[in-house]
Amino acid sequence: MERDRPAVTRRNSKVMNRLDLTKRLVAKLKHEEAVIGGIGNANFDLWAAERRPQNFYMLGSMGLAAPIALGVALAQPKRRVFALEGDGSLLMQLGSLATIAMVAPRNLAIVVWDNGMYQITGAQKTATAEVADLVEMARGAGIAQSAWAKDEDDFERMIERALKEDGPWFIGARTDAETPKIQTPREPVAIKDAFMRGLGVKQS
Amino acid sequence: MGSAESTSRTDANWHEAVIRALKDNDVRLVVYVPDNVLKPLIEAVQKDEFFTVFVCAREEEAVGIVCGAAMAGLKGIVLMQTSGFATLANVLASLAVAAQIPAVLMVSERGTLGDFQPGQAIVCRTMRPILQSLGIEHHTMTRLEDAHFTVDRTIRQAHLTQMPAALILSPLLTANRRKA
Repeated sequence: MERDRPAVTRRNSKVMNRLDLTKRLVAKLKHEEAVIGGIGNANFDLWAAERRPQNFYMLGSMGLAAPIALGVALAQPKRRVFALEGDGSLLMQLGSLATIAMVAPRNLAIVVWDNGMYQITGAQKTATAEVADLVEMARGAGIAQSAWAKDEDDFERMIERALKEDGPWFIGARTDAETPKIQTPREPVAIKDAFMRGLGVKQS
Repeated sequence: MGSAESTSRTDANWHEAVIRALKDNDVRLVVYVPDNVLKPLIEAVQKDEFFTVFVCAREEEAVGIVCGAAMAGLKGIVLMQTSGFATLANVLASLAVAAQIPAVLMVSERGTLGDFQPGQAIVCRTMRPILQSLGIEHHTMTRLEDAHFTVDRTIRQAHLTQMPAALILSPLLTANRRKA
């Protein structure tokens, strides 16, 4: 089949480190951008990278990082919003990609960490380890600006674009099997209150 | 806000009462998974520029969106039918209840008072036990005269107390032709 293939595919993109990429991402956030860390290792590494008041750490509701980020993006259109989600989580809520494409918030970027496994439950394989390509799915859902990060420099360039230009963006990053060093405290109300203060919604 | 004076007004139908209560409480975001009973409400909010309205693939996703919006200062509501509510136990428990986020749900009640679908009738039995076991405030709306008051007070309490809440639209309200 002769069709336009993106230059960087899941197969030829570099396997990187989730904590390293998370640190690179938050280092570029200079304007109180919101970051939603998906359940499990995505938010543990966000907690480890930097404890920003504009971070929301999900302790449940697997698969909902992108929908929560969409809600934040709609409420505060001037603020850039990032969702950090794992491959297993995103596979649970693929329909949300179609919703995001349809609503088309300019200030939203979804980052998927794809290590091809349900790492936190014992490293069982996800479908992305075999056949599924989440960037192709995002593009098929209608998010035109969807791509795999070729390497760390490429990832940083994509984040810089997502900070400057209109979204929505979908950034795929293949990641290794390193487990988080620390975990987010299980304090959902404290996390929510801190996030609402960080977004300027809660004053008390 | 303003609800004291608007409570005394009469509404022509239930969806008009709901829209008035949404506006009284500055609820501007409406996310839905379609349902035939909800159709007049969905069509009315779509025509009204006050609201941002869109459809979702799944009810769980809609709750995520409304929770995100609530934390960022935009009030919303999720519209669904009974079978859609049955998919929500995990997101309600682990996001809205655990983090105390005022997600307001409006459920069109299928599976009771004359339904033709066995599946709807069976799944309907799970709705109130789920709401009760999670300790979520919920009210069944049966009378047009009370519709605005119930929606208005429920939304107000949800946001003042930072708790989710559910409004159940009974066929007594939505299918009973004695009104008007």
